Amino acid sequence: MSQNKRIALRAALIALAMVLSYLESFFPIFIAVPGVKLGLANIVTLIALYKLGLKDTITITIGRILLTGILFQNLPMVLYSIAGAACSIAAMRLAMNIRKFSVTGVSILGGVFHNVGQVALAAVLLKSGNIFYYLSVLLVTGTIAGAFIGIFASALLAKVSLPDISDTEERKSSHKKKKNK
Amino acid sequence: MQSGEIKKNRIVTKGDILLLLLFVCAGAVLFILVHVTASSGAYVYIYEGGEVIEMLSLSEDGEFPIHTAAGNNTVTIKDGAVSVTEADCPDKICVKQGTIQNDKETIICLPHKLVVEVRKKQEGDKP
Repeated sequence: MSQNKRIALRAALIALAMVLSYLESFFPIFIAVPGVKLGLANIVTLIALYKLGLKDTITITIGRILLTGILFQNLPMVLYSIAGAACSIAAMRLAMNIRKFSVTGVSILGGVFHNVGQVALAAVLLKSGNIFYYLSVLLVTGTIAGAFIGIFASALLAKVSLPDISDTEERKSSHKKKKNK
Repeated sequence: MQSGEIKKNRIVTKGDILLLLLFVCAGAVLFILVHVTASSGAYVYIYEGGEVIEMLSLSEDGEFPIHTAAGNNTVTIKDGAVSVTEADCPDKICVKQGTIQNDKETIICLPHKLVVEVRKKQEGDKP
């Protein structure tokens, strides 16, 4: 993949993740516990982790968080997002090395550790240890949301092959050049 | 990324299911430990960023306006249970959390750094 294509791909994935974050804000929160959400943007994070690697995933996630933060959120919300994402990406990247887990398992760990990161930051900012009691509910909701997102992402990963798309485009363009000659 | 590619074709593995069951069970056990074994509280402590800003009794009904640096919340005590009934925060999650009455239960309003906590005993200022 050429450098330009890589930049364009990162930008497109940031845009996609932002749209998914925005879409998610339309879903009502069924359980009245802070932090319960589906995590649709994690589909993009998973695809980036598997297809582009850790560095690009961090770039894409930070880009998404900062841009959605500027557009729709305030500073504390951005901090909570960063805490969640940092824990989540670290856990998912480590879990990818464990062969027993598929994309779904990696996503479950991502969902759970996203919540762990956010609760930990809340405990620090609010100076209250009792906030960790929320983890009981957040463990279950994070697992279910993570499983759902993971199944969706693995279906996408099986269908979409990012580097291959750009390769075939390169082949096509080189093919055209040959024809022109 | 090699390790990830290996299981690409399998959507759900045994490892995934074990992981799911582990987390759901851990969550359920924690929930039971915290909520079912909880004894009812007697006091309501209200914290802003870890500092006690108000102490109320669960036995006295009433509406209490709470002012924080970031905004206002109304805390209501009724029939030995406390809830946040009004808030000018953007998400209103504190209002949606409903009522609490047991020891160590909390309602939190993240944007206002507000924690409403029920306690059994009247004690020090740390939660």
